[in-house]
Amino acid sequence: MSDTHAQTVAFVRDTMLPEQPPPASEAGVIKWMRENLFKGWFNSILTLLSIFFIYKIVSGAYPWFANGIWNTSSLAECREMLDGMTGACFSVLTERWNQLLFGFTYPTEAYWRPTLAVVLLLVAIAPVLYPKAPRKLMLFTAIYPFLAFWLIWGGTLLTPLMVLVGLIAGYFAFKKFERQSFAMGMLAGLVATVVVIWAGGVIPAAMPDVLALQAIPSRDLGGFMLNMILGTVCVSLSLPLGIMLALGRQSSMPIIKWMCVVFIEFIRGVPLITLLFVANVVLAYFFPPGSNIDLVLRVIIMITMFSSAYIAEVIRGGLAALPRGQYEAGDSLGLDYAQSMRFIILPQALKISIPGIVNVAVGLFKDTTLVSVISMFDLVGMIRGPILASTEWNGVYWELWGFAVFVFFIVCFSISKYSQWLERQLATDHR
Amino acid sequence: MSTISDPPSGSFQLSMLINDTRYRSYTFQFIALILLILAFAYLGYNLLANLQAAGLNISYKFLGEPAGYDINQTLIDYTSQSSHWRASLVGVLNTLLVAFLGCIMATVIGVVVGVLRLSNNWLVRQLMSIYVEIFRNVPVLIWILIIMAVFIAVLPQPRDFRGEDATASMVFGAFAFTGRGFYSPAPVFGPGSGVVVAVFLASIAGIFAFRNYAKKALYDRGQLIPTLWPSLAIFFIPAILAFFVMGRPITLDLPSLQGFNFQGGIFMRNSLIALWFALSIYTAAFIAENVRAGILAVSKGQTEAAASLGLRPGRIMNLVVLPQALRVIIPPLISQYLNLTKNSSLAIAVGYMDLTGTLGGITLNQTGRAIEAIFLLMLFYLAISLAISAIMNVYNNAVKLKER
Repeated sequence: MSDTHAQTVAFVRDTMLPEQPPPASEAGVIKWMRENLFKGWFNSILTLLSIFFIYKIVSGAYPWFANGIWNTSSLAECREMLDGMTGACFSVLTERWNQLLFGFTYPTEAYWRPTLAVVLLLVAIAPVLYPKAPRKLMLFTAIYPFLAFWLIWGGTLLTPLMVLVGLIAGYFAFKKFERQSFAMGMLAGLVATVVVIWAGGVIPAAMPDVLALQAIPSRDLGGFMLNMILGTVCVSLSLPLGIMLALGRQSSMPIIKWMCVVFIEFIRGVPLITLLFVANVVLAYFFPPGSNIDLVLRVIIMITMFSSAYIAEVIRGGLAALPRGQYEAGDSLGLDYAQSMRFIILPQALKISIPGIVNVAVGLFKDTTLVSVISMFDLVGMIRGPILASTEWNGVYWELWGFAVFVFFIVCFSISKYSQWLERQLATDHR
Repeated sequence: MSTISDPPSGSFQLSMLINDTRYRSYTFQFIALILLILAFAYLGYNLLANLQAAGLNISYKFLGEPAGYDINQTLIDYTSQSSHWRASLVGVLNTLLVAFLGCIMATVIGVVVGVLRLSNNWLVRQLMSIYVEIFRNVPVLIWILIIMAVFIAVLPQPRDFRGEDATASMVFGAFAFTGRGFYSPAPVFGPGSGVVVAVFLASIAGIFAFRNYAKKALYDRGQLIPTLWPSLAIFFIPAILAFFVMGRPITLDLPSLQGFNFQGGIFMRNSLIALWFALSIYTAAFIAENVRAGILAVSKGQTEAAASLGLRPGRIMNLVVLPQALRVIIPPLISQYLNLTKNSSLAIAVGYMDLTGTLGGITLNQTGRAIEAIFLLMLFYLAISLAISAIMNVYNNAVKLKER
């Protein structure tokens, strides 16, 4: 043993050292910023660029918003008030809000009707959108289309009522004959519906003033209301059509399959705008001579065809994603085609295709702005036409387009957020 | 001993058409066919009756008649004396032009945004998702009209470039951004420029040859030859050398202000640019999502496996992640191209003369041949989308996972 250690005092630590706080660069905000904003020179440059970009936008847009003028009646007056300052003339929105929302020929005293229809729409789609909503509301959902038609187009309540009665008669006929076969039930239901509607058609014609609202021709519809109407009507009509087309395309019967394939591929291959041209100038040639179908209806027909082809493709994806065992299970239980589709295949396939269907719905809702090209005055048509062309507001671009962007963004963004929520709700498989 | 007996082969009864599964599908198809024929006969009858009432007929002779209108942006020679057929051809080329430009720009923006959305920089990630959400959720028609409004309301008119106290000036003395459109220099090919172009094309071929050689060297002998710098050198040096050796045959024709407008150079009309930019940024938002999904679809294990083999990050990206991500990205990417091409028909909203503007717009209005014009219009778009889906099928079959 050397002497070195002879002099050292034995030392054993018997207490813990006090905990030290982590270095400043490894904790809290600084750590977060170091890892998320300034990790490496490239990231730092990106961060600085982004901050500069945000600063530019905010510094440009803030005075424009803050100095915004809300209560003038023309652009010249607004410019006068601004007196050379940067500022928005939001007064175009306060003065023309009714035109932007309802179009310029919809009677002012009837504005409550589409507004009520929108509020009721929220009630009516609640049971469809939220599985937890009370089931009894479904009854209201079934009535809603007729109510909305009456509210928006006016006329006597008896007209939509007769159609409703016809459909109810059809439903009971279907129930009665469904025992024999599904096709038989459908046929009976269809016949009953047509007969009742046709026979009952005399009632509204005889009593046009019972429970009547002021009738409004559909060429008076306009503004954002028109986008909403086209969007909701066409999506809801194209769902059943899309399901039928998808089933037809999966069918083992060659003629039916090829009819569906040709229809779907044709519609998906052409732009919507050509279909709207068809609605505008060609479709009238295919109706019986002398009949006068109005433009909104023709547009609804074409947009419904358009979206049903897309929805059919989405649903076909859902059908193809189901394992073969599900089809075989249906067969082995002795269910016929209609039963196995209704009770086994479609509930699962539709569940898988919900995100896709919502995507199509959002796309379709955005595409309703294209009707402005065939000189219908939807929101975009109103901005481009009557408002920007008026002497008072000629030259107000950003406020109007900003409004359009805002409205569409709110609607489409919330629909897609809803679809993501629903997807999580429906994810019942355990991963 | 049991035998399987044949099904009773009784005589055919009419009720078997409905109740026997062997015949039922024929019955249904027969009914469907009859209904289809009846529907078409009904529509055709109505069409003929309506045409007769209006004193019209179906004829494509109008395509040969002089069009009588001017088109402000053409790729081929066209005057107002040219035929409607020629006008439609101009429209087809304009559609293809804007679709081509749009696809390139949308891909570039979309890939950059898609990659940046996965960046570990929080701020950039947020900005990019705001971009994607805003552009995806607002109709493309509104974007087209907004960009057109920038041209009308923000950019200076050519007259603002004039005089001593000009309020606007050209960028680098070569580019002018005006409300009427963009002016940029145009190359003028003088005598001898063919050699320069040929050398340039040859050097591009050379790059591919060199890269192939490098790959072969790597696979055969394990020899790693750097490719980036030599490729750049092959790209630039021979062409520049040839340019000076031939005595600078290619010159630039700069746009210059003459009178109230710019003359010379390449002129891109505001409607073309509005359509091009709007379609690009709109489609790019969708492409960004596809790219992001494609990269996320490659499982982390792949990256880790490659890293454990000792590959460097760049090579992991090139050799392992990208080939697998592309398999997921390309099919939706192609269908986005198809959407962009179809959306280019919105040109009519800003007055860009694509096929919808010429054949479906002015020609239709002038001749009144609605059915024929719209039929041809649909046929064109249908041909394009069928061609693109054919390409997509070929690609899908080529990259399909070869399972054993």
